[in-house]
Amino acid sequence: MSGPIRHAVDLAVLGAGPAGGAAALAASRAGLSVALIDENPDAGGQVWRKPVRPAARAATAEPGDALRADLAASGITLLYGRTVWSVGASLDLDMIDAESGRWERVSAGRLVAAGGAHERVVPFPGWTLPGVVGLAGATILLKSHGIAPGRRVLVAGCGPLLFAVAAGLAGAGVEVVGVADLAARSDWLRALPDLLTRPGLLGQGACWMTSLKAAGIPIFFRQALRRAEGATEIARAVIGPVDAHGAPAPGPERTFAVDALCVGHGLVPGSDVTRLLRAPHRFDPLRGGLVPVTDEAGRTGISGLYAVGDGAGLRGAAMAALGGELAGLAAAADAGRLAPDAFAREAERLRRAMARERPFSDRMAGMMRLRPAQVQAIAPETVVCRCEDVTRAEIDAACAAGARDVNQMKQFTRCGMGPCQGRLCGDVAAELLAARVGTREAVGAFTARPPLRPIGFDELMGDFDYADIPIPEPAPL
Amino acid sequence: MRITVDGVEWRVEPGEILSAALLARGRRALRVSPRRGAPRGAFCMMGICQECAVTVDGRIRRACVTMVRDGMVVTLQGAGPAAAPRPGAARS
Repeated sequence: MSGPIRHAVDLAVLGAGPAGGAAALAASRAGLSVALIDENPDAGGQVWRKPVRPAARAATAEPGDALRADLAASGITLLYGRTVWSVGASLDLDMIDAESGRWERVSAGRLVAAGGAHERVVPFPGWTLPGVVGLAGATILLKSHGIAPGRRVLVAGCGPLLFAVAAGLAGAGVEVVGVADLAARSDWLRALPDLLTRPGLLGQGACWMTSLKAAGIPIFFRQALRRAEGATEIARAVIGPVDAHGAPAPGPERTFAVDALCVGHGLVPGSDVTRLLRAPHRFDPLRGGLVPVTDEAGRTGISGLYAVGDGAGLRGAAMAALGGELAGLAAAADAGRLAPDAFAREAERLRRAMARERPFSDRMAGMMRLRPAQVQAIAPETVVCRCEDVTRAEIDAACAAGARDVNQMKQFTRCGMGPCQGRLCGDVAAELLAARVGTREAVGAFTARPPLRPIGFDELMGDFDYADIPIPEPAPL
Repeated sequence: MRITVDGVEWRVEPGEILSAALLARGRRALRVSPRRGAPRGAFCMMGICQECAVTVDGRIRRACVTMVRDGMVVTLQGAGPAAAPRPGAARS
């Protein structure tokens, strides 16, 4: 029997996006040996994802290029293409190398969890049809793969990604039939003073709006999806007016013939590792939902475990990089490798930089936050849990039958029991239950368990053979 | 390089992600949901939702985090009326 390939380091960083990358570099420069692990083939996370096709490669440098170059030159053990399926109480990480299928284990004793966020889509009838993709998913297709999800596309949801995706699609020659924004035009105007604190990013937004206007793409403010229709793929998307809380409002519906729909209602922090390790969490609607409780340097309630980036609460890429750097330095300081006064100086510098980013970051998080009235308006027959096809009516029935937290509801209905492990439905299901039970704190979150990602039994077992089972000597008679 | 999708040989570019290769060639319905037998396709593109699960060289893989390899054999689970829901899956 051959065990895992072992890596022993001072610090493991899980997730190589802006937060994890910065944490790894800061800790490495402070003298710690570091392993940086990511499921993707290269660093950058989703926001700074490396274009894989020549067609998608921009002539100018990508924002992730500097990070990738710094990491490549750093001496950090770079474990890309690894699927981490378990994190033990001693913070050992077990992973599978996608390329070779080999089992690897990183032992560090200190771990920075930087898993990032994933898409939230508030369910509507037809959202499971092929051709319906997430806004973040559409961004990946456009920026990384250089392809569009369809030829005639509606973009709907909330937040800045709406306009980024619509402009990206238009630039790729796709017919964008419209953008439906949950927010009102006045919501964006009210956001302007905060957005002006980051002129570069505001300018990028202005560029998107200009290209939408030039392409004649209509923007429907305070409108949301009513349903998507089609037999085996999406054929039509229907939008209608909503009120300031996201609930459907009276008014005419509009129907668009489309072959793709890009939709997203903000992002949800990926808290699977911190939940798996039973770190204390709290509910923070501005930060996307359930987030680990941390101090300003990302220290969680578990000794040696740090949580940074959007996975620790939505703040965006700029804040993620600063928070990641601070956590990397904190790990070095906690390991006794960075003097307390040197750490305090660096922390003060980063604190000031974060204060400059905060107005923009908070405003963007606010534009993407969940609108509870939108969740309450989900029709009974609508599928909420895609993996197990569990409807809103079934979740309500479980609640009526006595389910008082999301795990009881999961046992009653199988909602959250499928291969995505509740990542897609968890936030909305908790919101549905909370409306009946009381608070999000009371209904809790799905219990995280290994394997964190579905893996094959043979991968789990490695080269194990029955001959490897140690059989104790029989007891003497 | 070449891959085989449901018995048909395709030319693909090195570095392509399988889900993008499928989408670019119009294969959007990749599987059916186990309970209702409803058609499903790639949704999140970042390895979270598991909707793009296909069989690659005999193993279930997420197409959105799988890089194409020369000689790769891909089988889609098959969407549409031919696919039956999981036995006993209809729960009242």
